[in-house]
Amino acid sequence: MIPAPFDYHRAGSVDEALRLLQDGGEDAKLLAGGHSLLPLMKLRLAAPPLLVDIGRLRELSFVREDGDTVVIGALTRHRDVETNAIVREHAPILAHIAGQVGDPQVRHRGTIGGSIAHGDPASDLPAAALALGATFRVVGPGGERSVPADEFFRGFLETALRPGEILTEIAVPKGSGAGWSFQKFNRRAQDWAIVGVAAVRNGHTGIGLVNMGSVPLRAAAVEEALAGGASASEAASHAADGLEPPADLNASAEYRAHLARVLVRRALEEAGAP
Amino acid sequence: MIGSRLRRREDPALLTGEARFVADLNVPGALHLAFVRSTAPHARITNIDLSAATAMPGVVAAYTGAELKDDWAPLPCAWPVTADMKSPPHLPLAVGKANHVGDALAVVVATSEYLARDAADAVVVDYEPLPAVVDIEDAVTDRVVVHEDLGTNVSYVWELTPDKDAVDTAFAGAAHTVSERYVQQRLIPAAMEPRGVVVVPQPFGGDYTVYSATQIPHILKVMLALTAGIDETRLRVIAPSVGGGFGSKLNVYAEEVVALALARKLRQPVRWVEERTEAAQATIQGRGQVQYIELAADAGGRVTAVRVRLVADMGAYLQLVTPGVPLLGGFLYSGVYDVPAYSFTCTSVFTNKTPTDAYRGAGRPEATYAIERAMDALAAEVGVDPAEIRRRNFITPDRFPYSSAAGLVYDSGNFGGALDSSLSLVGYEELRAEQAARRERGDRVQLGIGLSSYFEMCGLAPSRVLASLNYSAGGWEAATVRVLPTGKVQVVTGTSPHGQGHETSWSMIVADRLGISPDDVDVLHSDTAMAPYGMDTYGSRSLSVGGTAVYLATERVLDKARKLAAHQLEVAEEDLEYASGSFSVRGTPEKGVPLAGLAFEAFTAHNLPEGMEPNLEASTHWDPPNFTFPFGTHIAVVLVDTETGGVRLARYVATDDCGNQINPLIVEGQVHGGIVQGVAQALWEEAVYDEDGNLQSASLLDYLVPSAAEVPSFETACTVTPSPTNPLGVKGVGEAGTIGAAPAVMNAVVDALSPYGIRDITMPASPERVWRALTAAAGGSTSTEARP
Repeated sequence: MIPAPFDYHRAGSVDEALRLLQDGGEDAKLLAGGHSLLPLMKLRLAAPPLLVDIGRLRELSFVREDGDTVVIGALTRHRDVETNAIVREHAPILAHIAGQVGDPQVRHRGTIGGSIAHGDPASDLPAAALALGATFRVVGPGGERSVPADEFFRGFLETALRPGEILTEIAVPKGSGAGWSFQKFNRRAQDWAIVGVAAVRNGHTGIGLVNMGSVPLRAAAVEEALAGGASASEAASHAADGLEPPADLNASAEYRAHLARVLVRRALEEAGAP
Repeated sequence: MIGSRLRRREDPALLTGEARFVADLNVPGALHLAFVRSTAPHARITNIDLSAATAMPGVVAAYTGAELKDDWAPLPCAWPVTADMKSPPHLPLAVGKANHVGDALAVVVATSEYLARDAADAVVVDYEPLPAVVDIEDAVTDRVVVHEDLGTNVSYVWELTPDKDAVDTAFAGAAHTVSERYVQQRLIPAAMEPRGVVVVPQPFGGDYTVYSATQIPHILKVMLALTAGIDETRLRVIAPSVGGGFGSKLNVYAEEVVALALARKLRQPVRWVEERTEAAQATIQGRGQVQYIELAADAGGRVTAVRVRLVADMGAYLQLVTPGVPLLGGFLYSGVYDVPAYSFTCTSVFTNKTPTDAYRGAGRPEATYAIERAMDALAAEVGVDPAEIRRRNFITPDRFPYSSAAGLVYDSGNFGGALDSSLSLVGYEELRAEQAARRERGDRVQLGIGLSSYFEMCGLAPSRVLASLNYSAGGWEAATVRVLPTGKVQVVTGTSPHGQGHETSWSMIVADRLGISPDDVDVLHSDTAMAPYGMDTYGSRSLSVGGTAVYLATERVLDKARKLAAHQLEVAEEDLEYASGSFSVRGTPEKGVPLAGLAFEAFTAHNLPEGMEPNLEASTHWDPPNFTFPFGTHIAVVLVDTETGGVRLARYVATDDCGNQINPLIVEGQVHGGIVQGVAQALWEEAVYDEDGNLQSASLLDYLVPSAAEVPSFETACTVTPSPTNPLGVKGVGEAGTIGAAPAVMNAVVDALSPYGIRDITMPASPERVWRALTAAAGGSTSTEARP
């Protein structure tokens, strides 16, 4: 519970954060809500020598409508995403999932951007971003760029963010009439999902899987089967096809594959017709 | 006063953060300790290189066990259960060999907690790995031996078979028998406050004050004096606010001895606060048994004999009462039933794992689990309802005091009353109907109902009985009650509360007897300088033993006050009445004297009867004549998702009988907390070791302590069957919930799965285990072995 030594800088603006990251070089790590990074540091599983704290950048905490999309600032806390009227109307699954993260303390400190930039396959929000077809806005020394969620998660805790870049916004297409379901299976309410399934059906079906591989994943085989006309239960039987789910104290890979098939079917049934 | 739901006086300080725990003690100039712990389950230590650590800024010193071996004796085990029990030397810092992950090998002393921790990481230990003993039934074979010098892993074999012929005859003539094997997984106590110790020396006076997060300041003082070689009179042990223990702080730990020895060596205050992962590896663990239980029964399902064989996991060393824990349950495997023949054998073995010791219930939850699961198995065998098999076997109220085949005398009980209460509260018939309907329609979610009619032996303990079990101490408790000159009352107790609310309950006992407000009663405890005698707090003993001592001391004070009042009022003692804090003359109520006035008279001592000593004060040392036997029936209702294997505890009903209740609010708090701990064993908690002996669940991410979100609101009731063992008629309730809960939940899980032919699930009943059982029952196969 005692982390290794580290330096700490608090950024007063996005520009200052970019500068601090650049000065800190590859050793620097961004700190937002701290609910993913700090536990790793306290267990000495991570020992970044420099933290750049962006947790107080209010300019990155917002929700706004922009045409057909809802844009959420990266430092918006889970609790604010959960309760925001715009999110609740246009992306209700996101509000619902934000309300399932950890426990109340975590939801009042942790941020949507921190969760997505961490890229943990066991986190719920990356799966939601995949199911929704979100787009991430990123700023860096070379300017701004957008990265679709499908191209963002690259490896275990590894994303498309380059050194010195900051995730600033998450944009999700509006879908107020869409069918949706989030199936989270765990042993304690506060835990990460053993397996989770986020499904959005709005003309087509997007399915994100939690904890079914080394990265946040789409259930590609299920989506394909559905596109090819398969029934929900037929399609769900492909939920683990081609995947290599992790094994840990809570579940073997085989059991995770079984859970994925059950939970995808339930998600499709709950979300209703596409 | 007694029986009222007075709010706990302890809570404002705890809730506002005013209470001070060991980690809150700010001692100027204190040095901080960090321990270097074995990362190997079993290894020879070929070298420990401290040089990098000692070169770091802020590091004052670093030591290996070899360097400090003359600063202490081995850690004590107070319970040599048999004359030939094998016990390896257990040094505060291991020398030459590490025997479990977390075994302390070296210590670093630095000017801050952070520097100490960084420096501990810089210590380089060279390990020569040895094969580890992990599985306890494998340990019995001595294929690999933990302690070479002992030549075997078996520490002792203990048998209690009063009449072997009677047992054999019962089994030979049985119409029904059941033979079950259950596994009690290891549990990590996970008190909210981890351990911690601060030692403040007076280098020129030679005294040491030890602040420790302990349940046992008195026992600790004696043991530290012996282990560190310091005069008992030079030691003062204080347990400040302590955040839970559940038995895990009923011990004498390496870190306490090391802190004392280094405060002496360095002549400076030292402090150490445990990290959560250390708490998983280096604080004792609970349970760890394989249980074989057989029941013989007649054609009507009446049990005629119980035969039990245990293999118990001691871990790498024997801690303070490690070997005695299985024996605390060893008398109780016939449960609340009238069983004429009894046999119990326990084989206890060393393994390369953290030592086990007392954990909430200590031996009694294990015993209750085995008999209550086996009674359900017998019900299935005979073909009757689980409630009915219990009714047929209960010891009936007219049989008390009841002499059990195992040799105990049960004080009082009404087991059928508790069963009826819980069946009625839960709506048993309706639930069975709903269960039948779900089974009929093949519902994806199946319902299970589980009963547990538990009892336990607590109020530890009659000293003579402890002697017969080779325990090295007594089981009495001390109390002093004094009425101060201003009329306020001061109580000194030898118990050491760490969440139980003794300040509230003891003040109620005294206030009730003296007819005064509990606000006028102060309770002092947990400091060996103000409470020199005590046997501390564990085993649901504090009320029935310590509370009784407080009550008896109050009686003595009142006797003395009566003599003084008679003297003052110039009447005979028999002519006095006592009510609402005053003596008055019978028939002349206006002529009287208040207790406060008598206290002042006793304090000035200006006019005392001939031969009376000054002051209104009395002390007692109460040694109970027998154990007390609380009991009850718990019923769990679970919903099992047959697709995922997920188990949800839907309802939980508990009827508990702990005799007379001093404060029902505190009783309910103990019952609720206890139930959660028992449910946790059934559904979530397990100290998981891999096959090499590495602890896999060393953080609260992997060791699943449930929260309020995982359990329903409990539906509780009580019956009251006073104990004749003590004048308060109390029995104790600290462990009851835990003892009742695990078998109730597991009986419910198995009940839900019984239509699939499933008869057992190993605890904890994780979703994957349930799914695998269902898959196997359906004739399917799963390719890999279940880990959870």
